[in-house]
Amino acid sequence: MEKTIELVNERIRDGNAVVVTAERMPGVVAELGEEGALAEVDVVTTGTFGAMCSSGAFLNFGHADPPIRMERVWLNDVEAYAGLAAVDAYIGATQQSETRRDQYGGAHVIEDLVSGRRVELRGSSRGTDCYPRRTIRTELGIEDLNQAVMLNPRNAYQRYNAAVNTTDRVLHTYMGMLLPNHGNVTYSGAGVLNPLSNDPSFRFIGPGVPILLGGTEGMVVGEGTQASPAGGFGTLMVTGDMKQMKPEYLRAATMHGYGVTLYVGLGIPIPVLDLEAVRATAVTDADIQVDVVDYGVPSRGRPTLRRVSYAELRSGRVEIDGEDVTTSPLSSFRMARQVASELAERVASGRMTLALPTRRMDPSKAAQPMRETGQAPRVRDIMDRTAVSITLDQPVTAAAAKLLRGETNHLVVLDADGRLTGIITTFDISKAVLRPEKAKSVADVMTKRVVTTRADEPVDIAAQKLERNNISALPVLDGERRVIGMLTGTNLSKLIGRGRK
Amino acid sequence: MKLLVTFSRKRGREPVIAQVVRDTGVLINVERAQIDSHEGEALIEVPDESCQLVREHMEALGATTHRLDRTILYDRDECVDCGACISICPQEVFAFDTDWKLVVDEGKCVLCGKCQLACPHGALTLQL
Repeated sequence: MEKTIELVNERIRDGNAVVVTAERMPGVVAELGEEGALAEVDVVTTGTFGAMCSSGAFLNFGHADPPIRMERVWLNDVEAYAGLAAVDAYIGATQQSETRRDQYGGAHVIEDLVSGRRVELRGSSRGTDCYPRRTIRTELGIEDLNQAVMLNPRNAYQRYNAAVNTTDRVLHTYMGMLLPNHGNVTYSGAGVLNPLSNDPSFRFIGPGVPILLGGTEGMVVGEGTQASPAGGFGTLMVTGDMKQMKPEYLRAATMHGYGVTLYVGLGIPIPVLDLEAVRATAVTDADIQVDVVDYGVPSRGRPTLRRVSYAELRSGRVEIDGEDVTTSPLSSFRMARQVASELAERVASGRMTLALPTRRMDPSKAAQPMRETGQAPRVRDIMDRTAVSITLDQPVTAAAAKLLRGETNHLVVLDADGRLTGIITTFDISKAVLRPEKAKSVADVMTKRVVTTRADEPVDIAAQKLERNNISALPVLDGERRVIGMLTGTNLSKLIGRGRK
Repeated sequence: MKLLVTFSRKRGREPVIAQVVRDTGVLINVERAQIDSHEGEALIEVPDESCQLVREHMEALGATTHRLDRTILYDRDECVDCGACISICPQEVFAFDTDWKLVVDEGKCVLCGKCQLACPHGALTLQL
């Protein structure tokens, strides 16, 4: 048996459609079987509610008198992109206020507008014959805008890798606060309720399909940016009329140490037309797997510690390296449920009918990394190729003499095999002078825990190490812990002087 | 009852808490302590009925005490039940109920302040 979209819409209009949320669907299929579920259920509704950084809105402010072609626009001190001719701008969710930094941003502007609060518009222009005005400052509410069209380039990730941190310090990321030594795991996504997880082949989700966005009816534009559905990471570009949206479903947030983001509520109804649709919407949390990724490694290819299902993540604890680790979702399952339920209610009551995609998105697509024509500068490009060294058994006075003679502030300490074992600074020597009885040899005064770098490490990562540890030099090591150079603050300032060519 | 005890270390390293435990016989639970070169601060838990007695003895030894009736202020309107606070709390103050709604057990809080930073929605404020 198969159904057509016309039949489903007819049932919706007649108020006879059977609509269930994606959370209920596995139970329905278990009870009635696939054929039974196909006969029984007309529509499955999905929902998700989480941080969706890649969101924003096109705003049209109308013309002032005398008119101005705004080249730069700020809303409550948050800059909006205004390279769209005279009185249009795109306010992006993650753009931060120039005065309140991460405590206020584009997401807050959107939330304020949707909540009925006025925002201050500031604009500037060179002035032209047709648009003579150069500056403007006014207060606007959402009702004063001709259009406020939310257009989110990348929403509704099909799934998202969970995050963990194996370093020995706290990390502040867009995946929230990550405690040291895999002290916690964070994840995001609605799992069983996620729209694309209920239609991974994009048979029913695509351009033109009606959705619930920000609490009002919106539409899928098409493939989202960075979409990588081949690996299970599809995304959607979506749009909706912000003037109709409800503040409950658009919530500005700040991830400490990362910045501003917008929590968006988004739900998509899926028509159950055939057995394949029944099987796809019967997906459970246990079926949806993600990697637990180490955010302690500052490169694109972050290592994976293990694979887990949303069922495990949502149980509140997962095992990492033999330890039970507590999990935190960053998205709200309660709100995702509310989105799916509200959508179900709209469809069941006949207020919203369904449509098939106007064209099909490509489920085999994979996102490419950035093509970089120049490599990010590496430590080897700027390091000192010599390092003044000393061995463990030397007296402190010998170290002092070397520091003076070498005109350096750092002596690397080598063991008998010539491998790095410590570091001595003028600070260590000063301490030795104060307590001569305790400090006779280099081994007594050196710092044993040495922060180091490697020749191929990106300079930005090495600079973070200096800053974070409040130190001024890093020994550069080869694979055998032999010192092949030093990276100092002076090297870094030269790089800035060169304009980072 | 939670008490925040602050003591100056100018007079040396007097074992204020140990002294009070011995003098009063009240069992004090030290939930958190931070001590640097000139000042110490400890969050202690004492039985309600012994609170006054402990405070008097602490203050006689030169410490100041501050009674904490509230630990964290939870703003239900700002919370979206995302649960970012759950895994970073060392005291398991936060949990979901069966409807995935956040429940906050304020009494377990030791005022470490992590949740205030971790909450994306500014729904948690330390009461100090």
